[in-house]
Amino acid sequence: MSQTLQQKYETVIGLEVHLQLSTRTKIFCGCANVFGRDPNTQTCPVCLGLPGTLPVLNKMALEYALKIAMALDCRINPVIKFDRKNYYYPDLPKGYQISQYDKPVAYDGHLWMTTADGQARKINIKRAHLEEDAGKLIHDDRSNSSLVDYNRTGTPLMEIVSEPDLRSPQEAYDYLQALKLTLEYLHVSDCDMEKGSLRCDANVSIREAGAKTFGTKTELKNMNSFKAVRAALEFEEKRQREVVSSGGRIIQETRLWSEEKWTTITMRSKEEAHDYRYFPEPDLVPFEIDEALIEEVRRSIPELPRQKFERFVGEYGLSEYDARIIVADQHIAHFFEACAKLYADTKKICNWLNGPLLQEINGRKLAPRDVKIKPEDLVAIIRKVDENVLSNLSAKEALKQVLDTGKDAAAVIRDAGLAQVSDSSALEGIVDELIREHQSVVAQIREGKPSAVGFLIGQAMRKSQGKANPRMIGEIIRRKLSNKSEA
Amino acid sequence: MKLNELTAHELLDLLKAKKTTPREIRDAVLAGIARTDGQVKAYVRLRSKASGEQEPSGDVSMPIPIGIKDNICVTGEPTTCCSRILEGFKPPYDATVIQKLKGSGAQIIGSTNMDEFAFGSSTENSCYGPTRNPWDRDRVPGGSSGGSAAAVAGHEAIWALGSDTGGSIRQPASFCGVVGLKPTYGRVSRYGLIAFASSLDQIGPITKDVEDSALLLGIIAGYDERDSTSADLPVPDYTKALVNDVKGLKIGIPGEYFVEGIDPQVREAIDVAINVLETRGATFHEISLPHTGYATATYYIVATAEASSNLARYDGVQYGLRRQPLDTRKTPLIDMYEETRDAGLGSEAKRRIMLGTYSLSSGYYDDYYLKGLKVRTLIKQDFDKAFLKLDAIVTPTAPTTAFKIGEKSDDPLSMYLSDIYTISANLSGIPAISIPCGFSRDRLPIGLQILAKPFDEAMLFRVAYAYEQSTPWHKERAPV
Amino acid sequence: MTKNAQNITKEDVQYIASLSRIHLQGEEVERLTKDLENILGYVHKLEKLDVRAVEPTSHVLPLANVYREDEVKPSLPQAEVMKTAAAPHNGFFKVPKVIQ
Repeated sequence: MSQTLQQKYETVIGLEVHLQLSTRTKIFCGCANVFGRDPNTQTCPVCLGLPGTLPVLNKMALEYALKIAMALDCRINPVIKFDRKNYYYPDLPKGYQISQYDKPVAYDGHLWMTTADGQARKINIKRAHLEEDAGKLIHDDRSNSSLVDYNRTGTPLMEIVSEPDLRSPQEAYDYLQALKLTLEYLHVSDCDMEKGSLRCDANVSIREAGAKTFGTKTELKNMNSFKAVRAALEFEEKRQREVVSSGGRIIQETRLWSEEKWTTITMRSKEEAHDYRYFPEPDLVPFEIDEALIEEVRRSIPELPRQKFERFVGEYGLSEYDARIIVADQHIAHFFEACAKLYADTKKICNWLNGPLLQEINGRKLAPRDVKIKPEDLVAIIRKVDENVLSNLSAKEALKQVLDTGKDAAAVIRDAGLAQVSDSSALEGIVDELIREHQSVVAQIREGKPSAVGFLIGQAMRKSQGKANPRMIGEIIRRKLSNKSEA
Repeated sequence: MKLNELTAHELLDLLKAKKTTPREIRDAVLAGIARTDGQVKAYVRLRSKASGEQEPSGDVSMPIPIGIKDNICVTGEPTTCCSRILEGFKPPYDATVIQKLKGSGAQIIGSTNMDEFAFGSSTENSCYGPTRNPWDRDRVPGGSSGGSAAAVAGHEAIWALGSDTGGSIRQPASFCGVVGLKPTYGRVSRYGLIAFASSLDQIGPITKDVEDSALLLGIIAGYDERDSTSADLPVPDYTKALVNDVKGLKIGIPGEYFVEGIDPQVREAIDVAINVLETRGATFHEISLPHTGYATATYYIVATAEASSNLARYDGVQYGLRRQPLDTRKTPLIDMYEETRDAGLGSEAKRRIMLGTYSLSSGYYDDYYLKGLKVRTLIKQDFDKAFLKLDAIVTPTAPTTAFKIGEKSDDPLSMYLSDIYTISANLSGIPAISIPCGFSRDRLPIGLQILAKPFDEAMLFRVAYAYEQSTPWHKERAPV
Repeated sequence: MTKNAQNITKEDVQYIASLSRIHLQGEEVERLTKDLENILGYVHKLEKLDVRAVEPTSHVLPLANVYREDEVKPSLPQAEVMKTAAAPHNGFFKVPKVIQ
């Protein structure tokens, strides 16, 4: 049944991403914008909303917002203003949130992303606006109460709203990855979903394939990872299809994703109508976004992932596959490019980067930016392999030790004695020993079985603790055995 | 004459001549309060000595005792807007005007009574009970800064601060026979003024004469980086405007202010005042401010909408009153909100919050709030046009003299209409001053309102001072 | 005005009260309905004005671009924050349980 439903219905998804901006201070006061402190220690009269206090906009928050707007190819409002969104919730100390209603920082943008099958897709961005974050509520079952911590109150937030352009949970996932990558390149946020610095709500509806109008949507909240977003959407997509195909109707409502129960739960059966009573924030003046400011911000925008991807393919001849992996982390990309300046064979750099180096990084559960290796070291290791000084195995060992010790490659190779034995007299001695020890293998070689040579080479590597030059070993074996057969 | 009956500039002269001390002045004011406040009830609390105020020394520039309206934050002192909902709230910070006053050596005497959250024109809507007019204890002092005006008129403060959102400084100044100034919006920082309507509120001086008004504005005015809406303009020496000369000034008289509803005695006093200024060489011109009739309606939309949002923070979560009903009606949290606000807010506050919520709510915004903002534009344009040709405009401050306590408390609309002449200055942001210009037959003060261009407070002082120097009204003292 | 303002109903008043988080009791509903009816009736006079071509004024001063630099200022100590708390609890503000 799900197969037919899959074909019958199309899923329509729009995402709202809330991004905490990593400015030094909060958006409207001078409190430090930091995470994980004791409750109510990063607050002041302004962010506590004490009577009589007034907000003043942090210029950096606006600049970060403009950076994001430009990176998403948005149109920027020449004059922006703030509005009050009025509602009661204990984490909202003023009874309203300072947000933006009809004059947001940006609108009509887009983001290019790559789908799972490698296709480029353009997802439109409806709008992006600045607002203040609310505090945090902790539910305390013991005292049957909730506890409020206002440290997070006033953290600058950028809300990035996509058009309902996404057509599957996987596509939503890929969009989030692409968005996160762009935001990481901008250095405007930690983009850490676990810490809550990036949060995502989803609007999802289904409609009959080919339909022009949208179905009734539900809003999904409470997903704390990209995978959870995808899972919640998959669940909701299936739920809606089943409701509709059995003749039911979708109710417009907010549903919470439950990670434990792997299901979405309706938030409140009799949910109160939202009537936010937006009106212009009288305590803040309008902001004119003039050309000079736009230029200043534009100059601070680094090369973005998509441009870098295209350049790496064009300039360095990388395959799209390699380029995508390298660009997926700005530190790796930077590292790659530094290596490429020292060493011409970029394919080989890619193989090392995307292979052994990333394995080591992942194995150590490190972020690429925390890895202690200089481009010079990786290039030195690659060169030693080229020069037959290092076997591939020793080279990997050298890489590992560079990462472990932070020493440079030359020192590691020297101190650990990783250089290959290419001294032919020493190698000949090893081969002679092997010929004595493995008569049956020798016989197979003589019968013309090529894999048997490989076995002997392997044994030679083991005897030499990986330091023998395998190519030379092979040559010596072949020479000795053919001599003998002639003799 | 007793020290507490003098003006600040007279006291400063005495201090300079070493004929008195800050301590003596303070004691005189406290004695005045002891004598009078039992009947007038201008103060809701006096500042305790224990709260750490330094004894003023001889070398501070203006160690003058001052009364502060109960909506201006003073560190560690209860600041409640005369509302039960702010019971126990002590701000951990000073309003910018308080910082400036402390810097000048001011002696903060206590907090003065007001209509709850400045919602009112009579100082009857206070959780501490009404203030009475020093000129007639059966009458209101006006409002909402009635406590400050009564304190100054009753010699319980040398001068005082009020706040003016729709006339809350000028109308009580008029009713109490003192000088009340609403500065240009943005002239005085609002940081630390507990908001009623953020786009209209201004703090201003209430004083015994024009010279004191100029002095006190000089202390509190100026740009404040903590208030985005304060203007980054230099503060002139306003005392330089006290030149006692209005020759050649062009002053407008708007016809719309002299129609039905005005007490004939008020009208007569204003006519006489105009005559005085004419004799001093000013020329008067009949003008029209065609949208005047819409000001009150506009005001009550804009001001209440902002108020409904500004007062949302009084929800029992952080500070002030918190109440929980015994039974559960909705959810424990919503019940807490509703019970707290029901118990903590007076009926006028509820009325205004409801009105403001209504005009912002879905489906009504365009017809009410947005329309209000548009009419506000028209009202402002009336003044912009008028001031192209004029230096100042004069009007009555209020259509009547002080009314009886209880007279209007059952009729909110008639109470709202007592601000009819003062509201336009707030809507258009311009400065306006009320000065005493005579008395009714039953010896109730009448106020003359003077309006000027934005940031031209100096013009107000110039006209007001010339008028004052030609008349005896500012020397009259309430019978206390 | 497109809607007839004077005809504010008790249900409207109850809705507005609940948006405003004010619990109204019995006769308060009637009184406020009457008060709002009167006031909105008065406000109705604005209907005479054609404001379609008029820009709204939310700020009377032509101010723009008032910023703060991104510089850290000291926060309040927790003890100071909790000093006037209605229900302090280990550095948090305690409220009735929030039900989602």
